[in-house]
Amino acid sequence: MTLATYIFGVASAVLSLAVVIEMLRRRRLRERHAVWWLVAGTLALVIGVFPASLTWAAGLIGIAVPLNLVFFVSVAVLFLVCIQHSAELTLLEAKTRTLAETTALQEMRIDALEKLLTAATNQHRESN
Amino acid sequence: MPPALDKTLIVMPAFNEEESVRQVVLEVFAKLPGVAVLVVDDGSTDNTSSEALAAGALVAHLPVNLGVGGAMRLGFRYALKNGFDNVVQVDSDGQHDPANVVALVEQLDTADLVLGARFAGEGNYDARGPRRWAMIALSAFLSHTAHTRLTDTTSGFRASGPRAVRLFAEHYPAEYLGDTIESLVIAARSGCVITQIPVAMRPRAGGRPSQNPLKSAAYLGRAALALLFALARPPVPLHRGATVA
Repeated sequence: MTLATYIFGVASAVLSLAVVIEMLRRRRLRERHAVWWLVAGTLALVIGVFPASLTWAAGLIGIAVPLNLVFFVSVAVLFLVCIQHSAELTLLEAKTRTLAETTALQEMRIDALEKLLTAATNQHRESN
Repeated sequence: MPPALDKTLIVMPAFNEEESVRQVVLEVFAKLPGVAVLVVDDGSTDNTSSEALAAGALVAHLPVNLGVGGAMRLGFRYALKNGFDNVVQVDSDGQHDPANVVALVEQLDTADLVLGARFAGEGNYDARGPRRWAMIALSAFLSHTAHTRLTDTTSGFRASGPRAVRLFAEHYPAEYLGDTIESLVIAARSGCVITQIPVAMRPRAGGRPSQNPLKSAAYLGRAALALLFALARPPVPLHRGATVA
């Protein structure tokens, strides 16, 4: 490995971590949505700084080509993020539905109250 | 008005039905004088709301289209909040004869959920090919789950008693086919008593049921999937304190 590729690996990991942390800091990303990205960024940084750790981890579970471990973990992280998003979407849909129903019910109540109020006001005027 | 009907709310989900909704509401009032009718305008872009109001119905207007299940849950929530014991779902396209509502509500004395069934000997509605097979297979499965013989499980003409209204106000599904198939499964597994009575269906005021074999196959697949997921979900308990009317 040349020094350039080493620096490139570390810089990429630092950059992706920085993006996630900065978005968290600006409240553009909630913690629960950032967890998997933080895990992925940290792993990338560790491997970037200590490339030997990748070879060691691959050897530990018997993967011949260490790079395949990187691909496997990447796909796993993306899968988890996608599932989390689908679950959140389902939850949001359920909440939107409840809100839509509630606004419709409230609109009915407001209409009824307005009618009563108008009638009461008219009656009051007539009696004066 | 028969005594049970003053505690009964007719709920009519309507999505872009400006042509038929006024007639249907007027027919309900003609055949069941004094009954409360709630038209749930399911995010229509036409004059459904004003047509229903003009006919004298209560109108709830959903800001977005939620599908029949969403519109019906709104109806159940309205019934619960406003002191109605029973809810009868009637289509806004004129398929269902309001005269049958009395017979449906009478059955609520002994059941929580009463379906108006098309194939139970009355009426001349018929579906053919894969769509009919799908309906027969569904009926067999659901009859088993509901511990009673059901012949027309996709019927939208149904009456819910107090226990079912409480259950559905919280748990009425909004997915495709959820309003018919999954709601039956939810009711059956919560311990609701389900029954059916024969009703005649009239041709729809507008539109035709599709007989395209590809669409029928897709329908069969989606129905099977809906049933499978409905059975896989954990059952929801009935609200404590609520009893059969």
